[in-house]
Amino acid sequence: MADSASPGHSGDGETRRDFLFLAAGALGVVGTVAAVWPLIDSMNPAADVRALSSTELDLSPVEVGQRITVTWRGKPIYVDHRPQKEIDAARSVNIDELRDPQADEDRVQKAEWLIVIGICTHLGCLPKGQKVGDPRGEWGGWFCPCHGSHYDTSGRIRKGPAPLNLHVPPYEYLDDTLVRIG
Amino acid sequence: MKKLLTVAAAVLAFGTGAAQAAEGTALPEYHWSFNGIFGTFERPELQRGFQVYREVCSACHGLRLVAFRDLAALGYSADAIKALAADYTFKDGPNDQGEMYEREGRPSDHFPSPFPNEKAAAFANGGSAPPDLSLMAKARKGGPDYVRALLMGFEEAPAESHIPEGLHYNIYFPGHQIAMPPPLSADAVEYSDGTPATVEQMATDVAAFLMWAAEPTLEQRKEMGIKVLIFLLVFTGVLYAAKRKIWSDLH
Amino acid sequence: MSEFKSNNAVIKWIEYRMPIFSFLDDAIGRGYPTPRNLNYWWNFGSLAGVALVIMIATGIVLAMQYTPHATMAFDSIERIMRDVNYGWLLRYVHSNGGSFFFLVVYIHIFRGLYYGSYKEPRELLWILGVVILLLMMATAFMGYVLPWGQMSFWAATVITNLFSAIPVFGDQIVTWLWGGFSVANPTLNRFFSLHYLLPFVIVGVVVLHIWALHRFGSNNPIGIDAKGPQDKIPFHPYYTIKDAFGFGVFFIAFAAVIFYAPNLFGEPDNYVEANPLATPAHIVPEWYFLPYYAILRAIPNKLLGVVAMFGSILIYFVLPWIDRSPVRSARFRPIYKQFFWIFVADCVLLGYVGANPPEGQFLLIGRLATAYYFLHFVIVFLLSYLERPRPLPSSISEPVLKGGGAAAGAAAKPMEKV
Repeated sequence: MADSASPGHSGDGETRRDFLFLAAGALGVVGTVAAVWPLIDSMNPAADVRALSSTELDLSPVEVGQRITVTWRGKPIYVDHRPQKEIDAARSVNIDELRDPQADEDRVQKAEWLIVIGICTHLGCLPKGQKVGDPRGEWGGWFCPCHGSHYDTSGRIRKGPAPLNLHVPPYEYLDDTLVRIG
Repeated sequence: MKKLLTVAAAVLAFGTGAAQAAEGTALPEYHWSFNGIFGTFERPELQRGFQVYREVCSACHGLRLVAFRDLAALGYSADAIKALAADYTFKDGPNDQGEMYEREGRPSDHFPSPFPNEKAAAFANGGSAPPDLSLMAKARKGGPDYVRALLMGFEEAPAESHIPEGLHYNIYFPGHQIAMPPPLSADAVEYSDGTPATVEQMATDVAAFLMWAAEPTLEQRKEMGIKVLIFLLVFTGVLYAAKRKIWSDLH
Repeated sequence: MSEFKSNNAVIKWIEYRMPIFSFLDDAIGRGYPTPRNLNYWWNFGSLAGVALVIMIATGIVLAMQYTPHATMAFDSIERIMRDVNYGWLLRYVHSNGGSFFFLVVYIHIFRGLYYGSYKEPRELLWILGVVILLLMMATAFMGYVLPWGQMSFWAATVITNLFSAIPVFGDQIVTWLWGGFSVANPTLNRFFSLHYLLPFVIVGVVVLHIWALHRFGSNNPIGIDAKGPQDKIPFHPYYTIKDAFGFGVFFIAFAAVIFYAPNLFGEPDNYVEANPLATPAHIVPEWYFLPYYAILRAIPNKLLGVVAMFGSILIYFVLPWIDRSPVRSARFRPIYKQFFWIFVADCVLLGYVGANPPEGQFLLIGRLATAYYFLHFVIVFLLSYLERPRPLPSSISEPVLKGGGAAAGAAAKPMEKV
């Protein structure tokens, strides 16, 4: 077997040696992490994807009672220009009876415009109710045909397997009829 | 060791690119702000260059790899970029009726090409399509120096040369006959910062802009390079010391 | 029996069920005795390993963003350069990494030629190395096509056309390679698939290469087998730290290129999208292919040119049987040493010729250099018998000559692992 020939100093030489090896090891770890980070970060959304992370929407052509679907970050957004009947229906509910308690006032910025992500919170199907003639479920909102979830005129889950209300995306009004989603 | 160095020198001499064949005249040297280890772009120069591109070159040359949002790097505000993008129209669709429609440009859009396709570009330009300029500063030997020199290199053809109709004499273009007519003339552009728009000034500015367009990450690259090299020099020094320490008991 | 021991309960638990720790210890740890006199030319093997890892890591991540379709490939790479986080860095590391990989491997090969590392009992180790080189060349060639620039396209066209020189089946083979009647999208797609695959084949052959290496251990600068434990030292910590230092130097040179001259080894024409209807004025391969390119073009006959080009590499497979000198290291072979350096100069010259158009003086020089390239192996064969080597030292630990000089037949029996 080869000589193990391990350095054998004592005292000061040893602590200096240890420091050297510690420094080398520490720098090595730092260098490796710094080298690996770009590989990992490159998998995050790129600049062109981030540029499409918000969409501006002109609401002026949408009439009262009309519902439109737009795309945002690859997802469908349901925009409902709610008539007063729908708004009243949404607000005359006992919040405590809801599976996912949420007041309608907390789900909209302007009462007549409901903006939600059109993906069922059960397993991801697109609920029906956007097109004229679509079933809207028992509460006049949306109905998911996959497993029978019913959403009300505020997009809240009322019946069926979905656990949560339709998600509200982040948005802000740039003026009365222009909204930026995301 | 000496042999090794000779070999290394010889290898580097030819390994660094194509033949040093004597095509085209030697380029005038110019020191760019982005040259060297600490090189950076100069925003005012890039903005002037962009103005030249937009007012002169974009009539024939596209810049399709650059998005409007990229201009933020030149110092333009988000609103300015939005307004600039909105000046352009793009075809989009189909809409719910199945028809294509036109819409305003958005920051996420790329600069359009002036022609719908390569053949249309060639047809409108006497058989030679004006190339897209997104990578021009890297796609020619000499890089930005070449672009600058070319734009300044239009001259009267020497008496003995016969330049066919539709071609123009240029000192720096390989073969000296280029399909592009001289694009720059004095005061072709009015710079908003008041810089006199000589041909040399415009050529320099647009060449710098095109270098940015070809490699927008140049500044990040050089900045990271300094940090990485310093780290590596220190680290390698520590490793060398550790190596000597470990080997010391053997010698 | 490995001498690996640990007091750590977790390590002992794993080791008992899958003895990986003793395996690693015997491979690169304190349990692997290595000649004590290795110089820095022995760093290039581990450097090649590092380069391979870097290429695979960056390659996998780049492949997540690249689109292997003729209409989108070029743009997808520009998207990587402009929009992907650190995309420019990953791309430059990968493209320049290929150059550095070849640089390191070529030095590693020349080290082998100088010190006779290909000689008995390391012939198979050497042969596996040549296999790795061939796989690297195929990988690099296909990788260069992927950006679908002018050089990508035309280099692919020129090199795949060479196969039409094969008698009888040549044209069918080329059509099969192309997946069509010219280099086009089918070609690009399959090159992408193979470019992703081959590096892992290289990894497999590298494993065999290291396995073969560990059978007898490394050669050393004086080319004499170790005579006992006093001639060797444990790989760890001596060569682990020395290799680590070597990595540091390598990374400095690598970083200097990536950050300050990332297009040094590149061709401006490859920043122009591929145009099947416009051939570039000068079609040039990457620098590491230039010598073979020169040999190919030196011979006016298409088939013979191809044969000579491949022959210039295949000849290395039989080098252990061409060079029959019982002395390994050029340190003790003064005549061979001269011819070695002339050979290096000839390779460099061939590279220079390859970078230039095959006209005028380049044609003549190229032909002479090609002839000399093959002549070198004849010379090496003759030197096996004609050269009188210097007397060899008696052992690694005592390199000072002891009286009468050891016999020239010092290519001893294979050493058992000490």
